Amino acid sequence: MLSLNKVSKVFDAGTVNEKYAVKNLSAAFAKGDFVTIIGSNGAGKSSILNLIAGVYFPEEGTITLDGADITRTPEYRRADRISRVFQDPMVGTASDMWLEENLALAYRRGKRRGLRWGITETEREFFIEKLKPLGLGLEKRLSVKTGLLSGGQRQALTLLMASFNNPSLLLLDEHTAALDPGTAGKVLELTEQIVAENELTTLMVTHNMKDAIAYGNRLIMLSAGNILLDISGEEKQHLTVTDLMQRFADLSGEELDNDELLLTS
Amino acid sequence: MGFSLGSFLRSCPGAIAQGIIYGIMAMGVIVSYRILNYSDLTVDSSLCTGGAVTATLITAGVSPVVSLMCALAAGLVAGTVTGLLHTALKIPAILSGILTQLALYSINLRIMGKPNVTLLNTELLISLRNIPRAILIGGIFALSVIAVMYLFFGTEIGCSIRATGSNEKMARAQGINTSFNKVLALSVSNGITALAGGLIAQYQGYCDINMGRGTIVIALASIIIGEAIFSRVIETSKVSFAVRLFSAVFGAGVYYLVITAVLQAGLNTSDLKLFSAAVVAVVLSLPHLKTVKKGKVRNDAKPE
Repeated sequence: MLSLNKVSKVFDAGTVNEKYAVKNLSAAFAKGDFVTIIGSNGAGKSSILNLIAGVYFPEEGTITLDGADITRTPEYRRADRISRVFQDPMVGTASDMWLEENLALAYRRGKRRGLRWGITETEREFFIEKLKPLGLGLEKRLSVKTGLLSGGQRQALTLLMASFNNPSLLLLDEHTAALDPGTAGKVLELTEQIVAENELTTLMVTHNMKDAIAYGNRLIMLSAGNILLDISGEEKQHLTVTDLMQRFADLSGEELDNDELLLTS
Repeated sequence: MGFSLGSFLRSCPGAIAQGIIYGIMAMGVIVSYRILNYSDLTVDSSLCTGGAVTATLITAGVSPVVSLMCALAAGLVAGTVTGLLHTALKIPAILSGILTQLALYSINLRIMGKPNVTLLNTELLISLRNIPRAILIGGIFALSVIAVMYLFFGTEIGCSIRATGSNEKMARAQGINTSFNKVLALSVSNGITALAGGLIAQYQGYCDINMGRGTIVIALASIIIGEAIFSRVIETSKVSFAVRLFSAVFGAGVYYLVITAVLQAGLNTSDLKLFSAAVVAVVLSLPHLKTVKKGKVRNDAKPE
């Protein structure tokens, strides 16, 4: 469904700071996959998501989604099929617009925007129905500016927005990293719920090994811009943090830095 | 030369009429400065472009209303140019505005064919020869602009422009073409500004090439004064954006009343721009100065 073919992304090419964020990476993802992506800082986790989302384009290689080549499709045009939740809770919503306006913007993702009114009464009712299960009381605060919400509330809202219009792909870029552990846990629960409900194909980047093991049906560990480990199915179900660290050490010949990857939540 | 209340009061209606017309311009600037978060300096020249188009067409026998529509169209084009310089050619925001502003100086001269055009003995829509009528017509225009802008920024495309200004990353992630929206918003902003320019040229009975210098400063002063006065209503109102627009017109009125008062009190006309710049500098720095002061209080409190 989504495939990356020999994709490379280099930053500061031709300077002393030249760095391959992603190097000659190939991967294919099936419909319905929930893939967790793990790796230390600079391994290329966010770069891969950004390449898939179209924030920037690769120097080499191609990216296809649902059979169509999207390698150079502008970011805003991919958004009809790819939805995202970011690490920084501020990024997911327009903070000086109302909650319902944010939802209405997301509801129109991939549709033509014209001179009709920006939000309708039926949509408002639909939003209320969708907000209730979040259990945050947001359904009573439709005209609050999202800038006034907490980080956890904003991430929950962004997740809901990302689930609208059956996207082919949901990209989660360390979307719980900026939250306190309790809130992070709740947002992860909600993530699983929304992914299951809408049967979303999901790529979730995380810093947290435990989460990477606990969620999804496939785990990918990145190192130096390429895939080091790709574990799925039964093997993933029995995986432990110790296993993962051992396999990393065997493959890369170095110890995994415990400070960079969180072992516990 | 001292301040005379009587002559100040006599000047008030004129100041209010002027304030209303410049308020329309300030509403145009709200689109770039407040909605898009973009300091667009094009307006310093597009105001004059509107005036030049209107004055030239009226002298050529075109009706004042039609000439205003042409001014609006000219402003839309000017804003589009700035927008394209910024989005298609990736020139920084301020510089894009400055480039268009400079280019428009020559274009404005071309339009008029000379540095100034006077509108004597012609039928005008709005003129200082009849100030009550000017206030009425200006008021109708201002209210129409408020209504149209309020409706436009409530539409799907209007909401997507607001999202573009509020959070570009989010907007793109929601499938919004942010580049297109920026061009559109700058176009609308300068269109309204040029419309105001056309009204100003008719009101004062002439257009000269230096008209519009400092427009952005007058606009910011009006917007900030208005927001300060109406801040609570803007925060709580259900039609917050309409109130914000109205507040800019009100702010422009206050601004021109203050200018009239200081001129009456003996300020030299040629020092007016220095005075305006100083006022705006102080007002713009107020939020920062407030936090600095708060920080001091906290630091002082710590040792105890």
